[in-house]
Amino acid sequence: MSSRPQSIAWAEFRSNPISILGLVLVVFCVGLALLADVITPYPTHVGPIGDFTAINQAPSAAHWFGTDTIGRDLLTRIIYGFRLSLSMAAMVLVIAMPVGVILGLLAGYKGGWIEFAIMRLTDIFLAIPPLVLAMAIMGFLPATLTNAMLAVTVMWWPWYTRLVYNVVRSEAREGYVLAAEVIGASSSHVMFREILPNCAPAVLTKITLDVGFVVLMVSSLSFLGLGVQPPTPDLGSMVADGAKYMPDAWWLSIFPALAIMLLVLGFNLLGDGLREAFDAEV
Amino acid sequence: MGPILRLLTHRLAISLLVLVGVSMLIFFVARVVPGDPARIALGPNASQEMVDALREARHLNDPIIVQYGWFLRDLVQGDLGTSLYTRRPVTQDIAAYLPATLELVFVAGALMILIGLPLGRVAARYSGHYPDHLARLLSVLAVCTPAFVWGVILQLLLAYIWPVFPLEGRLSTGVVAPDRITGFYTLDALMTGQLGTFFDALYHLILPATALALSGIGQTARLTRSSMIETYRRPYIDMARAYGFSERKIARRYAFRPALIPTLTILGLDFAAMLANAFLVERVFVWPGLSRYGVEVILRKDLDAIVGTVMVIAAMFLITNLVVDVIVSIINPRIRLSERRAKS
Repeated sequence: MSSRPQSIAWAEFRSNPISILGLVLVVFCVGLALLADVITPYPTHVGPIGDFTAINQAPSAAHWFGTDTIGRDLLTRIIYGFRLSLSMAAMVLVIAMPVGVILGLLAGYKGGWIEFAIMRLTDIFLAIPPLVLAMAIMGFLPATLTNAMLAVTVMWWPWYTRLVYNVVRSEAREGYVLAAEVIGASSSHVMFREILPNCAPAVLTKITLDVGFVVLMVSSLSFLGLGVQPPTPDLGSMVADGAKYMPDAWWLSIFPALAIMLLVLGFNLLGDGLREAFDAEV
Repeated sequence: MGPILRLLTHRLAISLLVLVGVSMLIFFVARVVPGDPARIALGPNASQEMVDALREARHLNDPIIVQYGWFLRDLVQGDLGTSLYTRRPVTQDIAAYLPATLELVFVAGALMILIGLPLGRVAARYSGHYPDHLARLLSVLAVCTPAFVWGVILQLLLAYIWPVFPLEGRLSTGVVAPDRITGFYTLDALMTGQLGTFFDALYHLILPATALALSGIGQTARLTRSSMIETYRRPYIDMARAYGFSERKIARRYAFRPALIPTLTILGLDFAAMLANAFLVERVFVWPGLSRYGVEVILRKDLDAIVGTVMVIAAMFLITNLVVDVIVSIINPRIRLSERRAKS
């Protein structure tokens, strides 16, 4: 399934201009997020305080994307929005991915009641649309940044469990697994040292695609007013707030909306490219 | 028992089990969170006696397992509790708001099939050529963009700048809603013979349904394309060509039908995803559906109503997947044939 050598995978990846476009977009967005303090024109506009002499300005040379209702530079806030979205996505995946992968390994390799318990639990989580479950969890918790991350994390691990489970099920029949078992390797050795490396291409591809989807999910939550609260610059809540001033101050919601699109598009194209390069099934 | 019927009963049993699991999950999540739900529901100004009375009435003093037992007993009787926000039974509330959401989702689902499938077919037939690149780019763009972003963009372009479509709501001001039969304004208007109302309702559906459908259209087109290309590599396509069938006929009869099977499964998932995304689109277009209710009860920490809304959505999600499974098994010749063999 995922037996392509890395050099071939890289050659395949390089030959596809769309994948390269994805890589460029990702590097661009991540670069903006990392350098936000240095490159934003008005770094003080992150907080609740803006410039009251320049409210509701349309895009201009001084403010490329215009200013909001209290005179904050929109470009600055969008770049900080990138930083927030990307760091939230990273946190969610850093927790959800290992949990999901380990459960998937256990279910796929151990079988029996462990498999039954883990996979049925996975089914239950996957039976609720992610956004709805995350919304419901937010319904029981105060709307804060940490809780929004928690809510998205809670519903994200099952996807990794199912992915790794399927890979393990097909890998477990391979000769190298049998060989390791025959010479008496422990089951944890077989799972983590033998099978896990072969799940890597699929999991890495999934992570790349997921950064985009977690960004989408988090911004959807804050769009509904159930996630990050102002004045923290979140792309989703910026779209929601800006929509109140349509069409006169159209830039308030259109630019953050396009920013979300760009970010998710980049990770999607990159993930698609990786999938084709590794020939991984995700 | 035929294989399709066996499959149906098997899947139905699993779906019911999953639904019970969902109810446990959401119930326990609702109960383990810090804070007294009765106090949260009544607000800081309520007296301690009122809080105690509510705790007693809602069985909140019992152990959590017993509480779940009460919940399950009511659930089986079709009772999802009472909303503290509207002070009506949750089932009544959901019945009032759900049709608006379903009408939107059904129209979006129709758009997804009517546009997504042909787009994927065209892309596959001209694979590697200009129409293919265009269709691929469009579908990636559609998949990557959250429904609310489409909503905002469509609203700006087609309701504000070039006002061909209404801005928001289900009907124009002054148009009276038709008598409730199904709760779908379009159907109700048709059934009561109010053509004007029907067109007005349909007119209001177009923008939100398009915003909701776009990512599904992209996904459907992408999948139809890749699975048709896969089918085009099969030997029986070469055979059909050797027989001299036209490319059109090959595309329609030999490549499209088998390619439909994986696409259908994804269609089911997309349709279910629309139930969730409807929350976002409804917000943009001020659509009086389940989203307005859901967000409202979430903001007010209305426990029974939240649990009820999630249960209803999970149930619809499972039903959709069940229906798709059955359709796939009917279309898939392997299952059909095994039935025929079993009979002979």
